[in-house]
Amino acid sequence: MAQAEIPYQEAMPLHDPHSWVTKYWYSQDHKVIAVQYGITAMAVGLLALVLSWIMRLQIGWPGVFGIEPALYYQSFTMHGMIMVIYLLTAFLLGSFGNYLVPLMLGARDMVFPFVNMISYHVYLLSVIILLAGYFVPGGVTGAGWTLYPPQAILTGTPGADWGIASMLLSLAVFIVAFTMGGLNYVTTILQARTRGMTLMRMPLSIWGIFAATVLGLLAFPALFVSAVMMLLDNFVGTSFFMPAISSALEGGMAGGMIEGTDAYEGGSPLLFQHLFWFFGHPEVYIVALPAFGVVSDLISVHARKNIFGYRLMVWAIVAIGVLSFIVWAHHMYVAGMHPYFGFFFATTTLVIAVPTAIKVYNWTLTLWRANIRFTVPMLFAIAFVITFVVGGLTGLFLGNVIVDVPLSDTYFVVAHFHMVMGVAPILVIFGGIYHWYPKITGRMLNDTLGRLHFWFTFLGTYAIYFPMHYLGFVGVPRRYYDHGTTSAFYPESAQFLDKGISVAAFIVGAAQFLFIANLVVSYFRGKPAGDNPWEATSLEWRTPQTPPVHGNWGDKLPTVHRWAYDFSVPGAEQDFIPQDVPREGADGKPQEKGAVAS
Amino acid sequence: MASAAGHATIIRDWGSDVTTFKGVPWGKAMMWIFLLSDTFIFSCFLTAYMTVRTTTAEPWPNASEVFSLTVLGQSVPLLLIAIMTFDLITSSGTMAMAVNYGYRRDKKKAVRLILATAFFGFVFVSMQAFEWYKLISEGVRPFKNNWGAEQFGACFFMITGFHGLHVSAGVAYLLIIAHRVHKGKYDHTNYEIIEIVGLYWHFVDLVWVFIFAFFYLW
Repeated sequence: MAQAEIPYQEAMPLHDPHSWVTKYWYSQDHKVIAVQYGITAMAVGLLALVLSWIMRLQIGWPGVFGIEPALYYQSFTMHGMIMVIYLLTAFLLGSFGNYLVPLMLGARDMVFPFVNMISYHVYLLSVIILLAGYFVPGGVTGAGWTLYPPQAILTGTPGADWGIASMLLSLAVFIVAFTMGGLNYVTTILQARTRGMTLMRMPLSIWGIFAATVLGLLAFPALFVSAVMMLLDNFVGTSFFMPAISSALEGGMAGGMIEGTDAYEGGSPLLFQHLFWFFGHPEVYIVALPAFGVVSDLISVHARKNIFGYRLMVWAIVAIGVLSFIVWAHHMYVAGMHPYFGFFFATTTLVIAVPTAIKVYNWTLTLWRANIRFTVPMLFAIAFVITFVVGGLTGLFLGNVIVDVPLSDTYFVVAHFHMVMGVAPILVIFGGIYHWYPKITGRMLNDTLGRLHFWFTFLGTYAIYFPMHYLGFVGVPRRYYDHGTTSAFYPESAQFLDKGISVAAFIVGAAQFLFIANLVVSYFRGKPAGDNPWEATSLEWRTPQTPPVHGNWGDKLPTVHRWAYDFSVPGAEQDFIPQDVPREGADGKPQEKGAVAS
Repeated sequence: MASAAGHATIIRDWGSDVTTFKGVPWGKAMMWIFLLSDTFIFSCFLTAYMTVRTTTAEPWPNASEVFSLTVLGQSVPLLLIAIMTFDLITSSGTMAMAVNYGYRRDKKKAVRLILATAFFGFVFVSMQAFEWYKLISEGVRPFKNNWGAEQFGACFFMITGFHGLHVSAGVAYLLIIAHRVHKGKYDHTNYEIIEIVGLYWHFVDLVWVFIFAFFYLW
């Protein structure tokens, strides 16, 4: 049975498209779906970028630009949610996952291409529902991206009637889309690898995507449930999250639509926080693990050296994934909890530093004495390692209850999570795009523009987030609308830094348009890339055509004989040996069977 | 020594090329993974229910009084629920038999048993509709009831409603598969599709056992 899988895949009927619509819109080809995910995520990400400009205008020059409090709160809410869910998750799993999983494993396509196609269109629907929030009475929600009740659905919060509904509904729909995509990635990785592609020969990108998808399939249910329950609280009048005091405060319900639902009583706001962060913390690693995987491959390829400690890298990914499910309450220290719980969650949080440090050491040791090529993807990869270390170290502060309590509501937290899960994964996304764009389009991205984009982004994000650590230490609270004009306790230095940060944010944001321009122009004018411009070893560079055609491999699937990291092998003709090149026996001739050892 | 060797074999098998789970079709693997994810949804629902039940200040209504039917002038606690549970467990039996007949390539019997399963599922949903009707007519709403904590109604309608949706979707799924099996769409396979729909159906039954235990017996 198992042996029949490969001939089955080779003979698998492909639904070859015959019209523009089936080729580019309702396509079942994983590569087209990946590009669809990528373009949609980037488009909505540009909106999030503009929203961050609105925030920075208000923070840098309070009141000068006439930004109302509601707009400010709505902007940072939407910025946060779009970045975390609709850009980072959708891009790393929807786009990289879709593109790389079948190609790197030597498969024809995902195991269920039709479900995969639906996945993208449901994701698109979720984006439309999210953006529809801008067109309902009251506008989008301004509850902050964590959407904490009771305030998220009480009168006075922007978008408490319909904006919150569009947000919650959109999240629920997104989860449906993610589940359809995620089931495909996991099943493909487990059951549809090509001959010789053992689990321990998979490139680390695949391991990262695999672990992150499993995390997503187990963590998103908690968000789904909390979204359903908050929708019921808002529209049906249940009191899951709403204590009696919330009715007393506002004298009625914000969205109650049914006769007799005059008061909330007896709900538990903490329940929402637990559900939200049971999703929310694994979500950090849903974003981080694919980034870890991709960056490992980028570093190895462009350093012309095998990844250091491959097995340990794999097990570190698995360990981080498991641990990420038992640390969630470190987001809730200030909500109050039993000291023993605080002790437990602080301990588990700090334990995650061990596998994470293993990964950082291994990246560094891969670079050590390597034949590094400072290509644009490599610049982004190295920048990721640096940024991730900075963001990770501040995590050690925030993981401890006693240090977290005074820092939790300050800019220190903003600096921490933007470094560790905002900037760092986005640097990997950029690196990945510069790396795989030649395979996707057959053309190279412009190198000069790429380097400009890199330095603006890398230095610019440090100009934005480094000063925020200081702001946090002097006690500047996050999420406040007005920094300084009405509240005299803001030190002069903080107000000065706020302006500087804003200027840096505008420059970094503008630099992203260089990148977009590069993507568009290079598609038409870029230098032809050839099959393997980076001289990489993994299977996606070994397709018979570039860009790969529907079905990827022609008549026969490739056979894998080695791991993905045979760089600079002593005695080899080239400094890289692709995975599908047979191993040589002692007599110098190719061995008949793929050797047992990796 | 023997167990160590067996352990090594498992790792070698799982780590080997092409498939991790030998002889498992793609659809079956995918259904298992989906059910794992769905387990987390129901776990979150039930955990949330337990949390609000323990945090609410009002007393929780007594399940055996609320869920009772009056038969011949006598109040019988949990009568309807007992019948519903029996009905659903029976449908699991017919489902298992359908899978068995599918693998024996007895298409006719397999289709009949799938249809019987769908019928039991339909009966279950109908009885659930009756239960909802009865409670609603007694004044239970998601936001209030006459006996105590208002979260009682909220949890009841949300959790049994979500489960009822699963059963309804399962009935539709069963009917589609029965139709396709009857049409001969799976004649070139081993009819493992019946096992796949069976996995879903047994899962829905299993979830009911937990809802039954936590909601009706607690």
